[in-house]
Amino acid sequence: MKEINIEELEKRFQEKIDADIRIEPKDWMPDAYRKTLIRQISQHAHSEIVGMLPEGNWITRAPNLRRKAVLLAKVQDEAGHGLYLYSAAETLGADREETIDDLHSGKAKYSSIFNYPTLTWADMGTIGWLVDGAAIMNQVPLCRCSYGPYARAMVRVCKEESFHQRQGFEIVTKLAQGTPEQKAMAQDSLNRFWWPALMMFGPSDADSQHSEQSMKWKIKRNSNDELRQMFVDVTVPQAELVGLTIPDPDLKWNEEKGSYDFGEINWDEFWQVVSGNGICNKERVEARRKAKENGSWVREAANAYAAKKAQRKAS
Amino acid sequence: MTKKEWPLYEVFIRSKQGLSHKHVGSLRAADETMAVENARDVYTRRSEGVSIWVVESKNIFASDPSEADSLFEPADSKVYRHPTFYDVPDGISHM
Amino acid sequence: MTKEEALFKYTLRLGDDALIVSQRLSEWCGHGPILEEDIALTNIALDLVGQATVLLEYAAKVEGKDRSADDLAYLRYERDYTNLLLCEQPNGDFGATIVRQFLFSAYQQFMYAALTKSSDEQLAAIAEKSLKEVKYHVKHSAEWVIRLGDGTEESHQRVQASLNDLWRFSQEIFFEDEVNQTLIEAGIITSLEDLRADWEGLVKRVVEEATLTLPETKWQLDGGRKGLHSEHLGYLLAEMQYMQRAYPGMEW
Repeated sequence: MKEINIEELEKRFQEKIDADIRIEPKDWMPDAYRKTLIRQISQHAHSEIVGMLPEGNWITRAPNLRRKAVLLAKVQDEAGHGLYLYSAAETLGADREETIDDLHSGKAKYSSIFNYPTLTWADMGTIGWLVDGAAIMNQVPLCRCSYGPYARAMVRVCKEESFHQRQGFEIVTKLAQGTPEQKAMAQDSLNRFWWPALMMFGPSDADSQHSEQSMKWKIKRNSNDELRQMFVDVTVPQAELVGLTIPDPDLKWNEEKGSYDFGEINWDEFWQVVSGNGICNKERVEARRKAKENGSWVREAANAYAAKKAQRKAS
Repeated sequence: MTKKEWPLYEVFIRSKQGLSHKHVGSLRAADETMAVENARDVYTRRSEGVSIWVVESKNIFASDPSEADSLFEPADSKVYRHPTFYDVPDGISHM
Repeated sequence: MTKEEALFKYTLRLGDDALIVSQRLSEWCGHGPILEEDIALTNIALDLVGQATVLLEYAAKVEGKDRSADDLAYLRYERDYTNLLLCEQPNGDFGATIVRQFLFSAYQQFMYAALTKSSDEQLAAIAEKSLKEVKYHVKHSAEWVIRLGDGTEESHQRVQASLNDLWRFSQEIFFEDEVNQTLIEAGIITSLEDLRADWEGLVKRVVEEATLTLPETKWQLDGGRKGLHSEHLGYLLAEMQYMQRAYPGMEW
């Protein structure tokens, strides 16, 4: 095979991307593309897995049998989503165990929303409604991401995710139409999760270090601010419909641009929580680390048994 | 001591009788029995399947993408392999 | 005891078993030894929540006192729960959970199989559906008992210790009283004694393949069917019932 230089390979690669031809695992890709994807997909996977914890909290306290089953199924889906995503990262050569170790050591990040505590049952509703809602907003464009395995994982995730948002909104609706205590519980929950939900879209475009190249590679299809605006525009009427108030005095409809203006996000809080100073950061990572540690004898045993079985079969 | 990670398996699911197994993703398992069960729990939670194949990822031998030109493009010019290549007079049906 | 009273109490027992084990299993969600198994345990928990729901619905209907399945699940006092002691035992390590699951699922499998032939159509239908689920629970947990027993030295010791610990709750499975007698005479259920040989055979086979030893201790505990529990149940209920107790009469 004749030698092709890097510039030529990169040029052909970008042509494929521009022509909307998907990149598949064994195709040539620039190192930086691979690294960006590994970082993004594993962060995404970690978010799913850490995201099991705040809701997992309430499975044993769910108020009735139906809610318990739904919440269990939902949190289980998140484990599944994490798994699909770790699988996608493995196609790029990112070993799952190493990826997870990066989470445990604090090297890898995950969505900072999960560092906020779930204090009441209403948070199960709000998380489904806002957090899964924001996640869907982020993920739908990723179904067209240039990297095949990631895009396919996202198709699967999005299909499953739509029940998550609905079950959350159902909880919120029920509370909003319930007793004064229940309505207050829902409003309090919205007050606590609204701003963190807006932060889920990441830093504003001006401060987003990875955005531009990711857009060019079609790993990302919309900017953080675009997605955030879309989220606000669809969510505000939903809150109005159930009679809850968005905790933002600056929120108002802007006729001219045909969307809502909203207040300034507290970016200090965002960066503090991202860098480990949220109320639950330590507990979340610790819970995951413990799960892995407590499971290590189990995983070893299964390996040892598989080896024995293979040996017995061979002899 | 076996501290190593469980091997990676590729999962193929037949979604209903009459269709082929289709690749859906991968997972980790210590052995084949476990791989099938894990595939059932991970990939068929919403009745997506009636049959599961698993194969250890390292046992898949794939074509080389850099040879895709010579492997697949030559077929592009053999248009006569497709029925639309041929002229059929008007009025002829069932052909 | 009338047939209806007995049927209510019996159905409640089956429902409580499923309810309490599912509550325990759901504590694992997010903390399993590996993602794949986290998902698998949750699947079992979900099957059991489903079984608890239909069984408690039926119990409520038989009782005829206008209580719902949720009322039964969330609003009884500790002494009114009639699950097996085995079901309420804490998860311990993964091996303990798996041993508990295996002993319990093996019982459920033979019990449901017999119940599919019940003259009570509703119970027979519940058993038919549940049996399919439980067969998988038995397969999954038995395979794990074998893997852990015949795995490493550490896993062997751990799972043997769990088996030794849980064994004292195992014979309660076969506890029978007036409730059973009444329903046996009415032709609705068969005696649990009829399942003993099958259950013991399966347990013995798996334990042997796992290179484990069945404990010799003959001492056995019971009381669960009469509402006499271990201390663990109180905490489990305090958590499970929290919302219903803190916000009485509200809908969720």
